[in-house]
Amino acid sequence: MPILEFKDVSKTYNNVTKALQEVSFSIEEGEFVSIIGPSGAGKSTLLRCINRLVDASSGVIIFDGQDITDVKKKELRKVRTKTGMIFQHYNLVDRLSVIENVLHGTLGQKSTISGMTGHYTEEEKEKAFGIINELGLADQAYKRCDELSGGQKQRVGIARAIMQQPKLILCDEPIASLDPKASKTIMDHLSNINRNKKITCIVNLHQVDVAMKYSERIIGVAEGRIVFDGPPEQLSEEMIHQIYQSNSSDLITDVGYAQ
Amino acid sequence: MKLNKDTENVFKKRKITYTIVFVGVLIVYFIASTVTKFHLWDGLVSIPKAIVWMGEKLVPDAAAMAKLPKILKKLFETALLSVAVTVIAAIIAFFFSLLGSKTTKVNGIVNRLVRIVAAFFRNVPDVVWAMLLMFSFGQNILTGFFALFFTTFGLLTRAFIETIDEVSSSCVEALDATGATFIQTVFQGIIPASITEIITWVLYMIETNIRSSTLIGMLTATGIGYLFDLYYKRLDFASAGLIVISMVVLVITIEGVSNRIRKVIQ
Repeated sequence: MPILEFKDVSKTYNNVTKALQEVSFSIEEGEFVSIIGPSGAGKSTLLRCINRLVDASSGVIIFDGQDITDVKKKELRKVRTKTGMIFQHYNLVDRLSVIENVLHGTLGQKSTISGMTGHYTEEEKEKAFGIINELGLADQAYKRCDELSGGQKQRVGIARAIMQQPKLILCDEPIASLDPKASKTIMDHLSNINRNKKITCIVNLHQVDVAMKYSERIIGVAEGRIVFDGPPEQLSEEMIHQIYQSNSSDLITDVGYAQ
Repeated sequence: MKLNKDTENVFKKRKITYTIVFVGVLIVYFIASTVTKFHLWDGLVSIPKAIVWMGEKLVPDAAAMAKLPKILKKLFETALLSVAVTVIAAIIAFFFSLLGSKTTKVNGIVNRLVRIVAAFFRNVPDVVWAMLLMFSFGQNILTGFFALFFTTFGLLTRAFIETIDEVSSSCVEALDATGATFIQTVFQGIIPASITEIITWVLYMIETNIRSSTLIGMLTATGIGYLFDLYYKRLDFASAGLIVISMVVLVITIEGVSNRIRKVIQ
């Protein structure tokens, strides 16, 4: 049974901008899927439809055997606890410490009062430290997030997502603001999490080469439609140009192919 | 390389715009000063005379110094009132700003309503509020309290809405994505992210309100403003001068303290 299924999902902003047009696909548990496509193609909208930060205009979304297209409040929170999210700009509370930000991952499972006052159990704290350790942030645990580098901040973002014990992690351009070395660290961590913790990962990416290297399946999006869906080996040069609607040798990736 | 015509036109256009604006401002100044009979030169010439007058009359003498304890007591009262007003207004403004912020997405209509209410309270000057409220409360400390409260509330609501939208929209999105409730998001995301800016605004409003409350006190016959008005009308300029000096000292002290606080909480 697939963990996630999109059936003819469309999203129109303000009745004008068509971000998604009848998108259908399904993702099996444990897959590592990259979504590539030009800016404005609808990648972010697609990702945000899954945890309902954006409401689809039409179509059906099934996650973990449940139709989540119209779930409300309490049910919606439950769905969101099962999906972790990682952002391009990390979206941490910069003035709080690393450990506090990681513990935010538990908020969905806590009562309103204990979440509001920031009361966490010893178990939760130990678990958070465990995750921080795994991501190599042990020395930074008590530092404020605004003292960290971009790569470290993104690792905090990953830790917060893992803290939720999600079935699915959504990554929205996780390495778009990072240098090549930090990018590799982040992608390696995501890959490890996918393999060792059996968490399904869906990653929006700008870097085609990164997508080809790390994912077992690539979805190409252009103008709100899926134009490619398959393993990286099948992603030909012509296909890439079709996704990015460009001529040959117009893309930065073409530099690599020339050699 | 020769500049093409388009580039030359850009520079020419800018020069013409500057010239027009400069000449325009000059014309407006001459019209305004003719209509109001304000003469810059006469104004400038009278400045030394004014300073001499202030030097003769406003310097506190021994008789004025005897009134210092009384002045300080009233001044202290006024300062405390300003602090109380600002803190209460800030607490209420914070809850309103949550409803008015675009980040929290509470409700479109509520959102607009809060902004309109805040704009209304903010755009009526506190002195006008005081005069209006005098009808209902009379010359009373409550009048001053509410007059300050209304403008402070309006201004802080607006400032908090902007702070929240600017500082916390990204972490609100992340906390929403973890399944946190609205209240959890407020306490774990919005407040920690924006508390420094909020405190800065509150400190600034306390300073402003100490100054405004003096003026309002003259109208409502309370606080240091009343005392100033009294001495001034009795032509006891030395005592009035002492009030001015002690107020300046107080405001500078408070500014210093709030700068310290701001540095600590950063």
